Amino acid sequence: MEWLALGSIEEIPALGGRYVDTPQGQIAILRNENDKIFAVSNRCPHRGGPLSEGFISGKIVFCPLHNWQIDLEKGEAMAPDHGCVKTFPVKIEGRQVWLGLEGVTP
Amino acid sequence: MNPVAVQHRKARLVVVGNGMAGIRAVEELLKMAPELYEITIFGDEPHPNYNRILLTPVLAGEMALEETILNPLGWYAEHGITLHTGSRVTAIDRVKRQVLTEDGCSAPYDRLLLAIGAAAAIAPIPGNHLPGVFSYRDMSDVEELTRSSELGGEAVVIGGGLLGLEVAHGLRARGMGVTVVHRRAWPLDKQLDARGGALLQKAMEDRGVRFLLDKESAEILGDTHVTGLRFTDDSEISADVLVMTIGIKPRIAIAQAAGLQCETGILVNDTLQTYDPRIYAVGECVQHRGQTYGLVAPLFEQAKVAANHLAEYGRMRYQGSVTSTKLKVTGIELFSAGDFMGGEGFEEVTLLDGNQGIYKKVILQDNKVVGGLLYGDTSIGPWLFQLMRDGTDVSAFRDNIVFGETHLGNSGHAGENQASRLADGAEICGCNGVAKGSIVRAIREQGLFTLEEVRKCTKASASCGSCTGLVEQLLASTLGGFYDSSPKKKALCGCTDFTHQEIRDAIIQQKLLSVRQTFARLGWRHPGGCATCRPAVNYYVRTAWPAEGLDDAQSRFINERAHANIQKDGTYSVIPRIYGGVTSPAELKRIAEVAERHNVPMVKFTGGQRLDLLGVKKEDLPQIWAELGMPSGHAYGKALRTVKSCVGTEFCRFGVQDSTHLAIELEKGLERMWAPHKVKLAVSGCPRNCSESTIKDFGIIGVDSGWELYVGGNGGMKVRAAELLCKVKTHDEVLEMAKAFLQMYREDAQYLERTAPWVERVGLDHIKAIVVMDVASRQQLAARLDFALSQEKDPWAEAVSGCLNIHAAPLRRIPA
Ligand SMILES: Cc1cc2nc3c(=O)[nH]c(=O)nc-3n(C[C@H](O)[C@H](O)[C@H](O)COP(=O)(O)OP(=O)(O)OC[C@H]3O[C@@H](n4cnc5c(N)ncnc54)[C@H](O)[C@@H]3O)c2cc1C
Ligand code: HEM
Ligand code: SF4
Repeated sequence: MEWLALGSIEEIPALGGRYVDTPQGQIAILRNENDKIFAVSNRCPHRGGPLSEGFISGKIVFCPLHNWQIDLEKGEAMAPDHGCVKTFPVKIEGRQVWLGLEGVTP
Repeated sequence: MNPVAVQHRKARLVVVGNGMAGIRAVEELLKMAPELYEITIFGDEPHPNYNRILLTPVLAGEMALEETILNPLGWYAEHGITLHTGSRVTAIDRVKRQVLTEDGCSAPYDRLLLAIGAAAAIAPIPGNHLPGVFSYRDMSDVEELTRSSELGGEAVVIGGGLLGLEVAHGLRARGMGVTVVHRRAWPLDKQLDARGGALLQKAMEDRGVRFLLDKESAEILGDTHVTGLRFTDDSEISADVLVMTIGIKPRIAIAQAAGLQCETGILVNDTLQTYDPRIYAVGECVQHRGQTYGLVAPLFEQAKVAANHLAEYGRMRYQGSVTSTKLKVTGIELFSAGDFMGGEGFEEVTLLDGNQGIYKKVILQDNKVVGGLLYGDTSIGPWLFQLMRDGTDVSAFRDNIVFGETHLGNSGHAGENQASRLADGAEICGCNGVAKGSIVRAIREQGLFTLEEVRKCTKASASCGSCTGLVEQLLASTLGGFYDSSPKKKALCGCTDFTHQEIRDAIIQQKLLSVRQTFARLGWRHPGGCATCRPAVNYYVRTAWPAEGLDDAQSRFINERAHANIQKDGTYSVIPRIYGGVTSPAELKRIAEVAERHNVPMVKFTGGQRLDLLGVKKEDLPQIWAELGMPSGHAYGKALRTVKSCVGTEFCRFGVQDSTHLAIELEKGLERMWAPHKVKLAVSGCPRNCSESTIKDFGIIGVDSGWELYVGGNGGMKVRAAELLCKVKTHDEVLEMAKAFLQMYREDAQYLERTAPWVERVGLDHIKAIVVMDVASRQQLAARLDFALSQEKDPWAEAVSGCLNIHAAPLRRIPA
């Protein structure tokens, strides 16, 4: 796995998200109220809505298309819905955000 | 005791009573303060908390006992709660602050919650303790009755109230012969008048239940087991099983013995505290402002308030509840609430259809609903109950009130169908495709009590909300009461207990200038809020403080953040503003060229006379906006959309007024106006009304002498014709009236409430009084709107110039 620098945390709006284009498709990078960063595949398991555009609160993101709620820690839709999204490792050093990805050159 | 040790241990909460009210209070408490207490619960029944109101379906063999469990043992373990079942508390030692149990245990408390419910009342007549005499209160009663019913024979039920009829129904379903004995002339006399009682009696008789009315019981017969019942008139009836359902008595003994003030129930104040402030009480054992309650809805309200104080939030007050009842006997529809007898000083509106077995009666006083009784068709129950609790003035539709809301023109969202008559497969929620059967199953199996819970678990009514009424009916008919437990006070969302209005008031009074400040000051449960409260609070902050309030992009829906409509495939649509729908060849050419250059997949006219470029990638938005050089049309926002226009005097041979130019003036005067929901206007040049002004939020129709102004129209999910606000002469007058009306709407309506339901809710007369009659208030409203609009800039121009970042590009592109 490679750690890739995404940029400063300030580039991700607080309580909001951005996305990165990767060879594995878009990955949503979300920042919650405590500056915790989550990285998940940018497709809601329901109809593929871009999760980077949803409301994020705590460990949950609300999909912008039909308001599905996704648990970002488990990568699963919350009841009563069912579905998974792939989660990716992230870490923050100083203000720099890093994303862990397989199969890429740094 | 060592003071250091005291600091390190958690406060201890002891709950006596492992029933519906007590456990609801614990659940509410855990939501707010999961770590505050070490919790110990005592219950004298052998079961974990189960849903007592489903005892009759269990008795009738319609449900299994396991299905009624609300909190399985695992729930207690998961929350670290120590549960003692089959353990009766016999004394409270208020000096040592501990409770003592029958089997000699003791448990110390810092806070004590009494939720010991009520016991069945037993008639003080000879023989009342014979084997074969039952009460009907808990699972063991059901288990014993079930066993006895297996022997067949005759059952006599003393007391023809709700519980009596339920147990009669259950025993009948078990195959017993059943007679209900009642001391009044008709059953259910606390819920029905004579006419309704007769209909009910007939329906129950058709199901094989017999009635003996106007009978006073004197003695239960039998030596070793009940054999019959003798009445005061010396007549007798034989019985193998006898059930007493003559009422309930709040359990007060242990409270009384501990010196807590009691009358019928344990006395509590508005914070559910007893005479001893460390001791709280909720549920049927409680007497609050002279009232005791025997239905779960008010008990759950009490539980919520008690939990709020136990959690040391200390904010809510319990102020009593209005209740309604519904009989849960399969196939019999009955609803009653408030004062349904009427009499002197009251007015009645009734409907009786003997053939269909339908009887409806609504009692009015001073044009307000004070009670009602519905038999055979209870579909208008929830609506009637809401009118009653809200004290709505019904003079405008009093004569039709028994037909329900459908006959009044409804832009609200109550159900029009009778949910209980629908087949299980019938679709209730069209948005999410949820059928009746799955909702009823979820209510029963998952122990749901509120609309919110049904929305969460099934998604029914979670989207457009137009099936809310139907879902409420299903809740009512499945649970037997109206579970929308705090009707006058609907919290904005699950993150807070405050209502829309309370939040708005706080934002104004405490000058809260951002979403996060509001959340922090008002003690939001989730500091990040949710998809419901964030946009609402952002709107309230911006409306209250147009200059200083922070407009938080992350608290706006994606559409309003990207300033374009997101489509189902994640692309966006671009709709530039074209004032009044009047464009020019040059402008059209430019739009066409932009569309061509960017390969826009579709170009289409919108329903509101504007042009829509569909299928644009987010990354391309700023570039397209720059090339168009036109302002945003706000077609994506809860905002002023378009002002539609017709041709008018300029070209039309019928026109009497210049509709196109008025439309342009209006659109220029109101553009960039955010609102609780989308706002649509239209101007027609004569009464032929080609631009459909009468289904607009604010519609204008030219007449010979000037302009007629209509408000509160809607052409969407629920069609509603706009109502005449007033007539004016000049363009300036139209503009001022429109601004005043819309500003009043902006300041008063709830977020996501359109003008149609808002006008119905507050009443056109009230709006006229402020906007039309009162010149000063009209001018102030218009001025406030002008000020708010002066603070808004065109978002597309801002984005093009770099002042606004919509984060169009990805954060990073990572090559393979
Ligand atoms: C058959 C039936 C049908 C009903 N149908 C409806 C309906 O359709 N709609 C509706 O709204 N309501 C209905 N009700 C009423 C509703 O069930 C009650 O209002 C509600 O359960 C009361 O809750 P509670 O917590 O106050 O009391 P309970 O649920 O009775 O809980 C009190 C618990 O405390 C225990 N307890 C008492 N004393 C002690 C002690 N000293 N030590 C330890 N434990 C103790 C009791 O055994 C009991 O388990 C129905 C009731 C019955 C019996
Ligand atoms: C159809 C379902 C059930 C039937 C017919 C049933 C029947 C009984 C009976 C007859 C008793 C003995 C009561 C007595 O002492 O006289 C009993 C006790 C008990 N039941 Fe049930 N029960 C059912 C479901 C449940 C469920 C779902 C639970 C818990 C989840 C439960 C938990 C208990 C417990 C804990 C006891 C007490 C045992 C004791 O005294 O130590 N039962 N039940
Ligand atoms: S509403 Fe009247 S003025 Fe306008 S186009 Fe129709 S007919 Fe002509």
